Amino acid sequence: MEMTGAQILMKILKDEGVETLFGFPGGAVIDIYDELARTDIRHILVRHEQGAVHAADGYARASGKVGVCLVTSGPGATNTVTGIASAFADSVPVVVITGQVPTHLIGNDAFQEVDIVGITRPCTKHNYLVKSTAELARTLKEAFYLARSGRPGPVLVDIPKNVASLKANYEAIGEVRLRAYNPTYHPNRKQVRQVVRLIGESERPMIFGGGGVILAGGAAELTRLARRAQIPVTTSLMGLGAFPGTDPLSLGMIGMHGTYRSNMSTANCDLMLAVGVRFDDRVTGKTDSFASQAKIVHIDIDPTSIRKNIPVSVPVVGDCRVSLQLMNDMLDDTDMGDLSTKRRPWLDQIDEWKKTQPLAYRQCANIKPQYVVEKIYELTRGDAIITTEVGQNQMWAAQYYLFDHPNRFITSGGLGTMGFGLPAAIGAQIACPEKTVVDIAGDGSIQMNIQEMATAVQYGLPVKIAILNNGYLGMVRQWQELFYGKRYSATRMDSGPDFVKLAEAYGAVGLRATRPEEVLPVLQEGLSIRRPVIMDFVVEAEESVYPMVPSGAPLTEMLLV
Amino acid sequence: MMDDKHVMTMLVDNEPGVLSRVAGLFSGKGFNIESLNTGPTVNPEVSRITVVTKANPPVLEQIEKQLRKLVNVIKLRSLNGPNAVRRELVLICVQARADQRAEVLRIVDIFRGKIVDAGLEHFIIEVTGDEDKIQALLNLLKPIGIKKLARTGPIGLIREPN
Repeated sequence: MEMTGAQILMKILKDEGVETLFGFPGGAVIDIYDELARTDIRHILVRHEQGAVHAADGYARASGKVGVCLVTSGPGATNTVTGIASAFADSVPVVVITGQVPTHLIGNDAFQEVDIVGITRPCTKHNYLVKSTAELARTLKEAFYLARSGRPGPVLVDIPKNVASLKANYEAIGEVRLRAYNPTYHPNRKQVRQVVRLIGESERPMIFGGGGVILAGGAAELTRLARRAQIPVTTSLMGLGAFPGTDPLSLGMIGMHGTYRSNMSTANCDLMLAVGVRFDDRVTGKTDSFASQAKIVHIDIDPTSIRKNIPVSVPVVGDCRVSLQLMNDMLDDTDMGDLSTKRRPWLDQIDEWKKTQPLAYRQCANIKPQYVVEKIYELTRGDAIITTEVGQNQMWAAQYYLFDHPNRFITSGGLGTMGFGLPAAIGAQIACPEKTVVDIAGDGSIQMNIQEMATAVQYGLPVKIAILNNGYLGMVRQWQELFYGKRYSATRMDSGPDFVKLAEAYGAVGLRATRPEEVLPVLQEGLSIRRPVIMDFVVEAEESVYPMVPSGAPLTEMLLV
Repeated sequence: MMDDKHVMTMLVDNEPGVLSRVAGLFSGKGFNIESLNTGPTVNPEVSRITVVTKANPPVLEQIEKQLRKLVNVIKLRSLNGPNAVRRELVLICVQARADQRAEVLRIVDIFRGKIVDAGLEHFIIEVTGDEDKIQALLNLLKPIGIKKLARTGPIGLIREPN
């Protein structure tokens, strides 16, 4: 059947089950937008293309589906780069469709022309420039397949204007197969059997779960493993929710701002089962002393993650869910003996660490940011979708909001992109209209994509933004306080804006709390309004995040409250 | 750990941008490239890229894994060791005045090279061989005076089983 490129694109989007596009129109995609208006695909008009990618990212993480965005050529395309790099760092399945100048103008320095395929080559899982309408359908199918399979990631498809407007014969494309791309889902059974044997022999085992567990839908299997074999669980920032945060076996987060008991367990365990992690430097601290008493098992679908940063005893290449399931099935056939007696000294030791050094902060006359997060947790009964910006707000959210379920904590973990939280909250709210979605923000980060307030208002998305407003770029200020002699170079932000007025200017609701006793009423009111709300919490200005492992130090060298 | 030299060869999709993906991987991740060479194969849809790198064992493992992860890299093999044939083509423009010509020709003969261009004061020599042979030739020609040099970097193939 003869169809235009734009029609083919819509056809493939429908085939792939895409219900929502996040985008921003322009000259190079005007044919596509014209066709889009004839479909029932919902388009969310963002206010900046970076917001489109973060929103697609938040949508993907909250829904488990591929997030899709559509932007124009040139500046439209370059504005997506930070969003793409963020999704790449966190392995989020996103398809980014960019317009391009017509094929005969490519290379001419045409108006709004940029080599976006060249620019995004190192920060996409794969990308394409579509040279003719005839190859568009297959390319798009490949893009969706690559984005969601194996280790997921962003895929960019650059479509020149004439490729979208010209016609070609369209034939339905069956299953996509790429000869050089075959992710290993099923692990080597012998390796898994060896892991099961190590679990049996271990006195002080721990599980370290990461974002890969959540991406693979493996949280239930991980929980089954931990409870069956009585193994305490820590997670990375990206892994929060892979194991219930309220479970007695939960150690909380690992790493630079991890809990005392998690980092101490890491230093003292004799077996670490690392699942779907990549041993980021913020997790390991000094690598030589990381889990130095332990045999490390590393399960990951991406072979490049294994032995990249940390030497491992048993590498297992496979899908996290499939591998954990196989391990659980093998464990069910294994006599583990009296585990509760065997694990008692280890679990007692961990309890002791928890008792002596719990996560803590001191109340004062001003609002403590940790207190705000605690109250958000209580009022939402731990059931909200939480997005964050980046910095102190992100760490306090990770520490004081306990996640019992996967896909509830949406944060820019790998790239650390300030300005991520608000657009990601918009995407998450669209994926889950019935859920409470809260962006835990800082006054610095929120200003990086504050324009998306207009998007939330336009589409009536009741996202809640809780700004922990300390008038500083708090995390950098904290480093300057601790390691740079309190020289607060370029970290003070004392010029506002007035976030309540700003919310009102956007047509949203603005609330403010300046004293501890105002926190609860503001949250109660803000969370109950079915409209976008900014809650401005004026918090203790020089509060720091603890524990803290200085960059490059061993995990045991924690600065405590 | 020692950085050893490794020759690896890969079959890749013959598409625009693939060479850039391979080269970009090396530069972006801070891996070393000593030489890089690309050309067609019998299959018009497939090209061959041969890379020489210097790396210690863990880094080499990462390089190989990262290359295999590229969607356009179909197959990657190491060309180190005796089961591979490695050859490099070199063009050497060497100084050759009247009193030097006989010696240059003798050296070229020993190395089974060819003179592909000759002038009053120079020869251009074409030689193929493995790295040791080419290094030995260059060592001999250097005192005479190498004016210009062009090397392809090694290419290679795995030997077939007998």
